[in-house]
Amino acid sequence: MIHFVVHEEGDGVGVVVVEGIKSGQSLKGWIMEDDKDLEVTAKSDIPIGHKVALRDYQPGDTVIKYGVDIGKVVRSIRKGEHLHVHNVKTKRW
Amino acid sequence: MNLSNSTFFGFRRENGRVGVRNHVLILPVDDLSNAAAQAVEHNVKGTLAIPHPYGRLQFGADLELHFRTLIGAGSNPNVAAVVVICIEDTWAKKVADGIRASGKPVSHFGIEQHGDHDTIMRASKAAREYLQWASELRREERPLKDLWVSTKCGESDTTSGCGANPTVGNAFDKMYPHGVTMVFGETTELTGGEHLVAARCRTDEVRKKFQFVFDRYQQVIERHKTSDLMDSQPTKGNIEGGLTTIEEKALGNIQKIGRKCLVDGVIDKAEVPTGPGLWFMDSSSAAAEMVTLCAASGFAVHLFPTGQGNVIGNPILPVIKLSANPRTVRTMSEHIDVDVTGLLRKELTPDQAGDKLLECMFRTANGRLTAAEALGHREFVLTRLYESA
Repeated sequence: MIHFVVHEEGDGVGVVVVEGIKSGQSLKGWIMEDDKDLEVTAKSDIPIGHKVALRDYQPGDTVIKYGVDIGKVVRSIRKGEHLHVHNVKTKRW
Repeated sequence: MNLSNSTFFGFRRENGRVGVRNHVLILPVDDLSNAAAQAVEHNVKGTLAIPHPYGRLQFGADLELHFRTLIGAGSNPNVAAVVVICIEDTWAKKVADGIRASGKPVSHFGIEQHGDHDTIMRASKAAREYLQWASELRREERPLKDLWVSTKCGESDTTSGCGANPTVGNAFDKMYPHGVTMVFGETTELTGGEHLVAARCRTDEVRKKFQFVFDRYQQVIERHKTSDLMDSQPTKGNIEGGLTTIEEKALGNIQKIGRKCLVDGVIDKAEVPTGPGLWFMDSSSAAAEMVTLCAASGFAVHLFPTGQGNVIGNPILPVIKLSANPRTVRTMSEHIDVDVTGLLRKELTPDQAGDKLLECMFRTANGRLTAAEALGHREFVLTRLYESA
């Protein structure tokens, strides 16, 4: 069973694609572009469609998805935690 | 799916364009004419009125866009004939003349000096004749290149970027070599990925034009914004669906143009492309506005990926909705034409998902009603550029 997908190797986030992910759960991931598997342990409850951090982040770090910059970290995030609007902001506008 | 010899059954119009629907349109030029237009629709069963709230005291480029959108909607090949109604006869004639250039039957009626009753009676007589005439038109087999296909996504979430949007991209990549005319737009929703679109422009001239309209729209945002737009771009629905920033949303959005298509040209809102290939339309990212502009540009079928479940339809342009979000497909199945959730379970390859969408597109082109058509979604929304005079 695939719990989250990653667009490509090197992306710092995965997208949860099943409902009901709970903190402490071991998650199986699939890197779509490279057809590789990976695992991460959830450190938050994460709703479907939301992102799981695949590495630790400090404020000011850049988040990469699709191999491209999608915004800046504003609060530190640990690998396995929920990464969203509470800890990442746009660099535009 | 090998599309080399693919065909569909459509209505060949007087100007050579091919439609997939056969509407007799009752077109109000302004808000004041909605009541009469809807009365005609009521009197003549099977006609289609498209009420809207604008058309009074607009001026300059905003007025030009208004006329271009209405004339474009009437000229769309999914429309067989048009009855135009306006409070003033002069503008009714102006819109009717614009539509008449496409060669299709069109009549116009001004309400002033007649009143609603007399206008409705005369317009109903014309509509009845058109409807009976149109009902005898027959579909004929046409090559795929005669089908104009537009795309725009809505209520996107992260599954859009990894599932539904790449499925449209796969279908676009497959159609592109066959001379299909295609369009995408949503200018501000490319923010963060605009360099990727620029890199796909066929020539420096196209790239320059793309960059110009992109920069222009950014200035509009900068001029009017009161915050970082986190309340509207991404939308609350996007954020609920897991999209965090406009950059992330844009990168998902861009998946719709596939990996091989080049951007062959840039058009303004409601302009008609002048040749086959992939066009970028400088447009709003609001779903109903963009889809309405696609209808006005002459597109005959629309591919609409959604994540959280946008329910949009259009009166003229059949909107095919697809989703890769299993919760959306489970909770909103009546709105989804193509389920590509298998992509995220590794049960469907991108190639298979693209084929599944194309198969639905051909069935829709041949006459199958979309979910939005069956549910009566007829969002016809005109884009405004600024205040009325």
